[in-house]
Amino acid sequence: MDRQFNLITIMPVLILDNDGDRLYAKYYDDTYPTVKEQKAFEKNIFNKTHRTDSEIALLEGLTVVYKSNIDLFFYVIGSSHENELMLMAVLNCLFDSLSQMLRKNVERRALLENMEGLFLAVDEIVDGGVILESDPQQVVHRVALRGDDVPLTEQTVTQVLQSAKEQIKWSLLR
Amino acid sequence: MIKKFDKKDEESGSGSNPFQHLEKSAVLQEARIFNETPINPRRCLHILTKIIYLLNQGEHFGTTEATEAFFAMTRLFQSNDQTLRRMCYLTIKEMANISEDVIIVTSSLTKDMTGKEDVYRGPAIRALCRITDTTMLQAIERYMKQAIVDKVPSVSSSALVSSLHMVKMSYDVVKRWVNEAQEAASSDNIMVQYHALGLLYHLRKNDRLAVTKMLNKFTKSGLKSPFAYCMLIRIASKLLDETEGGHDSPLFDFIESCLRNKNEMVVYEAASAIVHMPNCTARELAPAVSVLQLFCSSPKAALRYAAVRTLNKVAMKHPSAVTACNLDLENLITDSNRSIATLAITTLLKTGSESSVDRLMKQISSFVSEISDEFKVVVVQAISALCQKYPRKHSVMMNFLSNMLRDDGGFEYKRAIVDCIISIIEENPESKETGLAHLCEFIEDCEHTVLATKILHLLGKEGPRTPQPSKYIRFIFNRVVLESEAVRAAAVSALAKFGAQNDDLLPSVLVLMQRCMMDSDDEVRDRATFYMNVLQQKQKALNAAYIFNGLSVSIPGLEKSLHQYTLEPSEKPFDMKTVPLATTPITEQKTEIAPVATSKLPEKLAPSRQDIYQEQLASIPEFQGLGPLFKSSEPVQLTEAETEYVVRCVKHTFARHMVFQFDCTNTLNDQLLQKVIVQMEPSEAYEVIHYIPAASLPYSQPGSCYTLVRLPDDDPTAVSCTFSCTMKYLVRDCDPNTGEPDDDGYDDEYVLEDLEVTVADHIQKVLKPNFGAAWEEVGDEFEKEETFALASVRTLDEAVGNIISFLGMQPCERSDKVPENKNSHVLFLAGVFRGGHDVLVRARLALADGVTMQVTVRSSEETVVDVILASVG
Repeated sequence: MDRQFNLITIMPVLILDNDGDRLYAKYYDDTYPTVKEQKAFEKNIFNKTHRTDSEIALLEGLTVVYKSNIDLFFYVIGSSHENELMLMAVLNCLFDSLSQMLRKNVERRALLENMEGLFLAVDEIVDGGVILESDPQQVVHRVALRGDDVPLTEQTVTQVLQSAKEQIKWSLLR
Repeated sequence: MIKKFDKKDEESGSGSNPFQHLEKSAVLQEARIFNETPINPRRCLHILTKIIYLLNQGEHFGTTEATEAFFAMTRLFQSNDQTLRRMCYLTIKEMANISEDVIIVTSSLTKDMTGKEDVYRGPAIRALCRITDTTMLQAIERYMKQAIVDKVPSVSSSALVSSLHMVKMSYDVVKRWVNEAQEAASSDNIMVQYHALGLLYHLRKNDRLAVTKMLNKFTKSGLKSPFAYCMLIRIASKLLDETEGGHDSPLFDFIESCLRNKNEMVVYEAASAIVHMPNCTARELAPAVSVLQLFCSSPKAALRYAAVRTLNKVAMKHPSAVTACNLDLENLITDSNRSIATLAITTLLKTGSESSVDRLMKQISSFVSEISDEFKVVVVQAISALCQKYPRKHSVMMNFLSNMLRDDGGFEYKRAIVDCIISIIEENPESKETGLAHLCEFIEDCEHTVLATKILHLLGKEGPRTPQPSKYIRFIFNRVVLESEAVRAAAVSALAKFGAQNDDLLPSVLVLMQRCMMDSDDEVRDRATFYMNVLQQKQKALNAAYIFNGLSVSIPGLEKSLHQYTLEPSEKPFDMKTVPLATTPITEQKTEIAPVATSKLPEKLAPSRQDIYQEQLASIPEFQGLGPLFKSSEPVQLTEAETEYVVRCVKHTFARHMVFQFDCTNTLNDQLLQKVIVQMEPSEAYEVIHYIPAASLPYSQPGSCYTLVRLPDDDPTAVSCTFSCTMKYLVRDCDPNTGEPDDDGYDDEYVLEDLEVTVADHIQKVLKPNFGAAWEEVGDEFEKEETFALASVRTLDEAVGNIISFLGMQPCERSDKVPENKNSHVLFLAGVFRGGHDVLVRARLALADGVTMQVTVRSSEETVVDVILASVG
């Protein structure tokens, strides 16, 4: 209860790949103090959510809002007493910011090539569990990644082919 | 080099992860290029990303290596590459707790936070506050104040949020920024508004008046930020709760007005706040329920989930308020999100009619295997509630539960099912046999020791009283052969109960016991030997005392007494009666039927309230030699709620004395009370022996004083007495701000309400699981019977409640529940009278123009019987 009055809303923010492995995880409190407990929690969450596309669940007494895209799973997790829509606002903001930064190409490969962008974006959205910003435009603006990531025209032919292939593959699989 | 390597890696196959095979030592090696001049921003950025990635994966960095990398990183501040700089801030935050001497970057960060680049300022503030401490915070205080009121939102937000994080550590510094926070709260930016409100509340939360003022201001002026609105609603409902303000207060009006906000987040927050308020009437709930109803058909799953979860809460207390939403809930029972479907069904189970139960149960069983354990528990709890509402449906429920019991599931889930079945058995005698059969089947293959022992205990209690007790023996004995020690021991105890109650089974039970006496485990053997010997005596009284009704003393108390006895060995045998009795737990509070956060705290065997009192009293020299504490009453308020001094009294009963503990609180901040005692004037032959004052009572710090009273020896029947109480003390006026008292004070007194001692203070509740056996055990030597007419009582329920609270005894055999539509009822009460005499009461009640009551009392001591009858009359 007290944490709600600290504005502390978010417990962890997670991004997992489609094997359930951690690509990004930021825990803002000590609910899962050790790496071992964190990974076990992530496995559990992934197992319960990766087959269904249902946006929200209650797991281990925590409210989990999530979203998947191609081969990425995004999770924002808060206490079960938290306003679910606030958690949702954070999830949407994270996803939309990344979507803009990765030029709608929200998939594992593109994300891994822009990890610093992800790190900076999450840092602008949540600070110590407090929602810092919920407007993706603002987040993208503040991260201000300059054009030193490879523009589309300069991507190698193989890269373009590769990502096209993957997108088709995933759209068939889903 | 690195770039090239990355390229190759990218092309080598799909899904490759450039970070996959990162070696911490290799990365740290690479970090050496931080020291090269000129700085290559791209390469350095890449390495910093790798470092943060490794930290993020949970890689452990030793202090030395982290410090080394950190110091190398500080060089990168020379570069003006924006992204690189931002990554440096992140690295600082991530390493703040791992590396040493992180404060060396303070001046660089201070420079950035006050510099011209807006992109740097916000993140620099947050990084700086992460590594700063109270003394350093004072050095940058000026900059923080400026940043809070900065017109760039990201700077202001960063400063506000960082201040909020610092409040815990440096309250005294941060509280000086309240004016700046106030100014920021009127910002146009929604996030700044939210953060400013959060900080303002935090700085003022201990001053209720200031919080009220702040609320008034913001609720009138209106805010733009939905987040800030949610925060305001939370503050308002907390304030309502604390002040116990009625629902006609402006705060409630504010929350209700938020139901009409444009933003769904705010509307939901307001609805949820209203639903969670204690004692809301159906009329006050209605607007909240109707917005939740609208949300039920939202395309957003999160909103549907939030709505139905909250409606589920409403349905627990006010099922009728939710009935209007039944149609919307029906639409949700096939929702693709199983959590929503489950919540919808369990809500409908609470609000729907008896006829819909079968259909809903069928629907839910079609997907029960797909939902998480948390929700399965919700389903079980809903079923449990349903069984109490519609007892006739128990056969459907029982079937469903037994199917669930066979499914896979964790401990919490299984425990919920077992508890539910047990409660059905207790409520409906006709379901007992099927229920026991299901449980028997369950323990055949049960991995949870706790559940197996619990069920065996139940079998021992209920099994012998069924028409065919013999069929349970096989199940129980199978446990003895197959299970772990704890389960075997429980099985032996259960067997003994069959032998004690069913004479025709006794020979077979004895044979089985004999086999148990050869068990490999000490506890199992001991139990078997003990029961064997008791059973062979074939005496009802022995069976009752040692098999049916176990020890009724407090276990920590027994441990302490035995330890004491071994320290001072004496000729006398150890006397069980000197051990304090266990305070029977008030009948299990129904756990809230909602998927509440399952607490992670391990269940500790907390010492009972009475054990704590015993400890406290024993530490006061005047109270040594009073013997063990017999009973402590619930606290009695001796003042009105809102007075200068708040006093409540706990009555502690000993064998020949009583100690009155007065917990006093001084609510005047300009007074210090000293030498506080409560003077007592008894109406009967009670004798006040000693007052123990509370030395001093500063503002709002509770203190206790005690009064020791001797009970009249010559007249054991004088159990009730009224005391007039006056609090006497020395007042010293003091400065409200510093608490510094004046040098001299004056005596004063304050009249408290009268304190009653009644028969209930002399009797401790004891639960006899088998009342009949206990009744026989005490025997009719001192039995007395009398008939009373309770003219003022209209229902049996009321009569039962009155008797229980008046005598302060424990109802047994669930006889405190009067079945519906009956004109007569028998109430069984058990207790122990001061001095350690068992006392049992059987009250036959008949309803006809008021209630007629025939009371039969049995005890091992005649005076006790007289006392009880005298006090009833």
